[in-house]
Amino acid sequence: MHPLLLAVDWAMIAEKLILIAIVISSSLLIAMYETYGERKIAAVIQDRRGPNRAGPFGILQPMADGVKLFMKEEIIPGLSNRFLFVAGPGLAMFTAMMTSAVVPWSSHLDIFGRRVELQIANINIGILYVFGVVSMGVYGVMIGGWASNNKFSLMAAIRGASQIISYELAMGLSLAALLMLSGSLSLKTIVENQQDGVYYFFYQPLGFLIFLVCAFAECNRTPFDLSEAESELNFGYHQEYSSMKLGFYLFAEYVNMFISSAVMATLFFGGYDIPFVNDSALGNHIGQNWLALLQGLSLFLKVALFVFVFIWVRWTLPRFRYDQLMRLGWKVLIPLALVNMVLTGFFILIKQYGWPF
Amino acid sequence: MQSLTNRMKVVERKPMTVWEKMYLPAIAKGMSITFGHIFKKKPTVNYPEKTRPFSPVFRGLQVLNRDEEGRERCTACGLCAVACPAEAITMEAAERLPGEENLYLEEKYAAKYEINMLRCIFCGFCEDACPKDAIYLSETFAPANYTRKGFIYGKEELLIPDPKTQPEEFAKARGLRK
Repeated sequence: MHPLLLAVDWAMIAEKLILIAIVISSSLLIAMYETYGERKIAAVIQDRRGPNRAGPFGILQPMADGVKLFMKEEIIPGLSNRFLFVAGPGLAMFTAMMTSAVVPWSSHLDIFGRRVELQIANINIGILYVFGVVSMGVYGVMIGGWASNNKFSLMAAIRGASQIISYELAMGLSLAALLMLSGSLSLKTIVENQQDGVYYFFYQPLGFLIFLVCAFAECNRTPFDLSEAESELNFGYHQEYSSMKLGFYLFAEYVNMFISSAVMATLFFGGYDIPFVNDSALGNHIGQNWLALLQGLSLFLKVALFVFVFIWVRWTLPRFRYDQLMRLGWKVLIPLALVNMVLTGFFILIKQYGWPF
Repeated sequence: MQSLTNRMKVVERKPMTVWEKMYLPAIAKGMSITFGHIFKKKPTVNYPEKTRPFSPVFRGLQVLNRDEEGRERCTACGLCAVACPAEAITMEAAERLPGEENLYLEEKYAAKYEINMLRCIFCGFCEDACPKDAIYLSETFAPANYTRKGFIYGKEELLIPDPKTQPEEFAKARGLRK
């Protein structure tokens, strides 16, 4: 074999590939059950029963929905741009999944004396990567809306694009304050910092609030779902889509929701840290592999909680008007994020050098 | 203007206070309301598994009755067809042949008995008109169908199961009626 190939750590590549497969398939599965959860919670909030026909308690409903979408006729409008029309939903799905690469799902496993990190890529610019991928997500909406060659779709795409771009600024600024605390862009380091001390939520409540609002906007969820406002734009940017291409767009929203919940849990609520428990002491007691499993479960519970909040908010708040949305983004959230950043810096300096006056 | 009830409220368009402008208290209030609904009792009745009890005077699908020995009571007198305001009932009479005494109660019986369920208004006049207690309105209603023809119910749909050979089905079709 070529010496260069021998230098490659094949076990590492295999391990990462398996991890990628697990993460992608489980986030798809979770997204499926988010649709079920969404319908069920919506029903319960509105004093209804929700899906209960497919399987016990309707738990097979997502499969039925999937089969239904697959069986639908695929329509590509005659005057659309064929290539972009097909690329749009794929891109939306792709960017939704890509963010999961940097989220640390748990600590690490010890398999046959090998340390297996449960994170696909522990890169030291993790948060910048998240931002980069999230801003690419707007292309799915834009390309889909534009390629449909439909005025409503185009309007929705423009709305969606401007909304995502505006809220990204406030999101970035709110995280800048958090990064001043953590001193690192790597999500793994951020989690480890919180494991030793207090969750960043308690240092950054305002930052968390801003991040939460922006996450809603980035996921195109109500109250910020202007790009799919049925009452104003028929259906929004995916109006011309049918069959599984529509399914991909709808699904990408749920994957986005899952991933952004994971990012929020990681940044502000200690990621895979088990609350009220000293993790390393527990690890000594029950072994590293069991600890990793429990930690993964803990992260999953946090994510489930955030997903519930996403759904809960959707069935409570009405949609913003477009000018209200822009005013909130530019004139409220960005100044607030700046104030938050300045205050954080101020307190960090005081902590380091004492009260100077 | 004089108010009829004491609930009249003059619309005010005051500018919002700082507290209201923050939105968050209002959002928290709304969220708590929707959260409270999670624990509320649901008024839905799980229909096919559970049905709401009908009142004993409910007028549903017609049933052609038999007597205790399983003989059809209808004598095709036509009083129900005359009483029917929607003209939904048609019938053809036939004479009972020797040896059919165990099938029909009287010498004359309905060879064909049809009710058009699209015309029927479930008024129950047929039940009132029947001198032989042969037709009554049950506690079920006509199920959906694909064709108009499917709504013309003949004897095989209307006739109650034989109490001798199918006692369970008979009791079920009979319902709470005497």
